Amino acid sequence: MPPSAPSSPTPSSYPLHLAVALDGAGWHPAAWREPGARPDELFTARYWADLVTTAESGLLDFVTIEDSFSLQSARLDGPDGRTDRVRGRLDAVLVASRIAPLTRHIGLVPTATTTHTEPFHVAKAIATLDHVSGGRAGWRVQASRPAENPHFGRRPVGHVQYTDDSPEARAFIEEHFAEAGDFVEVARRLWDSWEDDAEIRDAATERFIDRARLHTVDFDGRWFRVRGPGIVPRPPQGQPLVTLLGHGSVPYRLGARSADIVYATPHDADQARAVVAEIRAAQEEAGRGEERLHVFGDVVVLLGETRAAAQARAARLAERAGEPFTSDAPIFVGTASELADTLLEWRSAGLTGYRLRPAVLPDDLEAVVGALVPELRRRGVFRGTYAPESLRARLGLPRPANRYATTAR
Amino acid sequence: MTESARPRKRIILGAFLSGVNHHTVWSAPEAGSQIAFSSFEHLARTAERGKFDFFFLAEGLALRERSGRVFDQDVVGRPDTLPVLAALAAVTEHLGLVGTLNTTFNEPYELARQLGSLDHLSGGRAGWNVVTSFDAFTGQNFRRGGYLHRDDRYVRADEFLAATHRLWDAWGEEAIVADKESGRFLRRPEDGTELGAFSFQGDQFDISGHFTTPRPPQGRPVILQAGVSPGGRDFAVRRSDAIFSPYRHLDEAQEFYRDIQRRAALAGRAPGEVKILPSASFVLGDTEADAVERHRHIARQQVTGQTAQILLEAVWNRDLSGYDPDGPLPDIDPDPEGPPVIQGRARLHQDAHQTVAEWRALAEAHDYSLRELALHVFGRTDFVGTPRQVADLIDAFVQNDGSDGFILGSHLTPTGLDEFVDRVVPLLQERGALRTEYTGTTLRDNLGL
Repeated sequence: MPPSAPSSPTPSSYPLHLAVALDGAGWHPAAWREPGARPDELFTARYWADLVTTAESGLLDFVTIEDSFSLQSARLDGPDGRTDRVRGRLDAVLVASRIAPLTRHIGLVPTATTTHTEPFHVAKAIATLDHVSGGRAGWRVQASRPAENPHFGRRPVGHVQYTDDSPEARAFIEEHFAEAGDFVEVARRLWDSWEDDAEIRDAATERFIDRARLHTVDFDGRWFRVRGPGIVPRPPQGQPLVTLLGHGSVPYRLGARSADIVYATPHDADQARAVVAEIRAAQEEAGRGEERLHVFGDVVVLLGETRAAAQARAARLAERAGEPFTSDAPIFVGTASELADTLLEWRSAGLTGYRLRPAVLPDDLEAVVGALVPELRRRGVFRGTYAPESLRARLGLPRPANRYATTAR
Repeated sequence: MTESARPRKRIILGAFLSGVNHHTVWSAPEAGSQIAFSSFEHLARTAERGKFDFFFLAEGLALRERSGRVFDQDVVGRPDTLPVLAALAAVTEHLGLVGTLNTTFNEPYELARQLGSLDHLSGGRAGWNVVTSFDAFTGQNFRRGGYLHRDDRYVRADEFLAATHRLWDAWGEEAIVADKESGRFLRRPEDGTELGAFSFQGDQFDISGHFTTPRPPQGRPVILQAGVSPGGRDFAVRRSDAIFSPYRHLDEAQEFYRDIQRRAALAGRAPGEVKILPSASFVLGDTEADAVERHRHIARQQVTGQTAQILLEAVWNRDLSGYDPDGPLPDIDPDPEGPPVIQGRARLHQDAHQTVAEWRALAEAHDYSLRELALHVFGRTDFVGTPRQVADLIDAFVQNDGSDGFILGSHLTPTGLDEFVDRVVPLLQERGALRTEYTGTTLRDNLGL
């Protein structure tokens, strides 16, 4: 696809993109008690390798891996002390790196936080994942919750919540996402701080690199100053995929300005249309109207061979959890065929792909791979094989020119 | 060599990828990438084939500069340590995975999570070489960079380690029950505290909350430290499992070894609990003369005229690019107090005036040119000889308590270790100085800790 392709894909002209969001035993709080669940293996490489190879066998675009500097909790202001649910995670970037040599095609998109971390470290970690995976790396950008501040001891302990609608909460959210925006900007500059051909290995002139093709990034903002250049040569994709989840205008604007994919959580086709329109408008405003920016819908999926079977699973899980299942994203309970109907309907509203959140792992991942993918292929909207290409290329994103490259040498 | 009554020590071996330094001969036709994962995979698999204890990666958080310009005469650029080690865990089974990671440019919560995760993802093979930087040049790449005063470096490192230990202990040994029937996923700590709860207060850190990662399989990853000054030695014996020693001459090395053992005992450590590991390089030949000639050739590729100037600049702290490498030593005095000429790599802390005086005497005695002096001082390789000679030298050094083993690097990435594993390792195994099979699964098992 040429770089100047129109930014708003039409349903018929592009393949559907499918990603899966991996987290613990799945997104349902009782998922770990299901017969197929492997709750005692959640902190092993084998478990993650099995999940990602399953996703790859379904030819999915990529997996995301959730992460956070706080324990999972039913509360927003800190740990809930519960012992009957999955708690704890491994570092997502390292999980992705551990899996990279065991897979060949699927994209690997770990979560990394922008609030307490160093842009220099995160940029080189994602760049390295791109090198290790041969151009399959992405990054799910995430800002911290205030409850994480004491873990680092460098910011005041905050009491506001993302869900508050107070002026303080709004200011807090603006600030966190502004920092995330600066963070992404620094990472993108560092990825470009080496031109592709900087390493010349010219024995005749005793030069390993052409130092004219290395660049300082000289970022000076409110939260950090970073000089550069980076220490890692430019990643194979040039710029690894930058993605983020948003539930409102502030993250949508950040995504429109800085990301390659925005995940949103519309609950029906009308909401999807509205979200896409808002993001496209922000994209125009950011001067990126000509660039491809994906808007994916996040959907929790709980599948069954029949609708009744899916509902029975949902009922069993709810009973085990002791409460109804809720999520920020829409929860789909039904058959793969019904899910395909819904995905294609919302796609007509402008979504370019989906990040499916399996309610239960590996069950709903296996259902996506074994039932949804074949159904989508029957309808001619999903690939039948992986092309040997980078993650960006799979998503129709060009390999970006280097912002520092000069044509004249 | 002197044989004592005690059993032969089993030699500990680590392997490091020669990347960013003048030892790496990048211009050789067979030299490979220092970035491609296949290079790391090749070296790690080779080390595992040789039943090495661990693979080791150094750290560099800023590109080195000379008079404000990025180095271009030797290897520049490296991938990020932790993702490479995590990926190597997928292609090895027993090899320890040790990364050098800075306590100045990291925070305990994040680094403890990363190292704990690496330990989980490798089944207990993670190690951490703890370094602390007060280098403001490197600090320019970090939001909290460059603020550490030199005198505070061990305070920072000590508190950092204490904090990470607390974090690794924040989940109990048997915290995960995962009993589907009863619906209990977690076991609360016996003392009634909340799962993952921690708190640490010191001069450098004031942190508290809940840790998100279960206790690492090894309890805590293996800790390595480099400490030479008295303060550094005391810190190292208190906090580390192995010390990265700079001494390669047997007499100095034995003195260091004895001193560390003495300090370790005073710190309450059991004999043999703190391992001592210098880094070392080797050149093999079919005959001794072959090896010597090969070494001479390699050393001249490592220490080019330009590299010789730069190596001397690190001590002179002056731009020496105008001095002919094949001419005499620079006639000017060093300027240790001036603004740094070489940035972004470990500073040499010896007395510059004294070092220059010694070098002048050396150059005069042997009629050395600038480059020949650099070759003499920096071009040395520890073990040069036939495979049997090298095996003898390594074994004798360890059995005579110069060290407990070595961290080996080669001039060639990534295949330089191949011939060592093919030709020297079997000789060491034959005499019982090296394992023939792995007997445990963790890095602690490998090291006998």
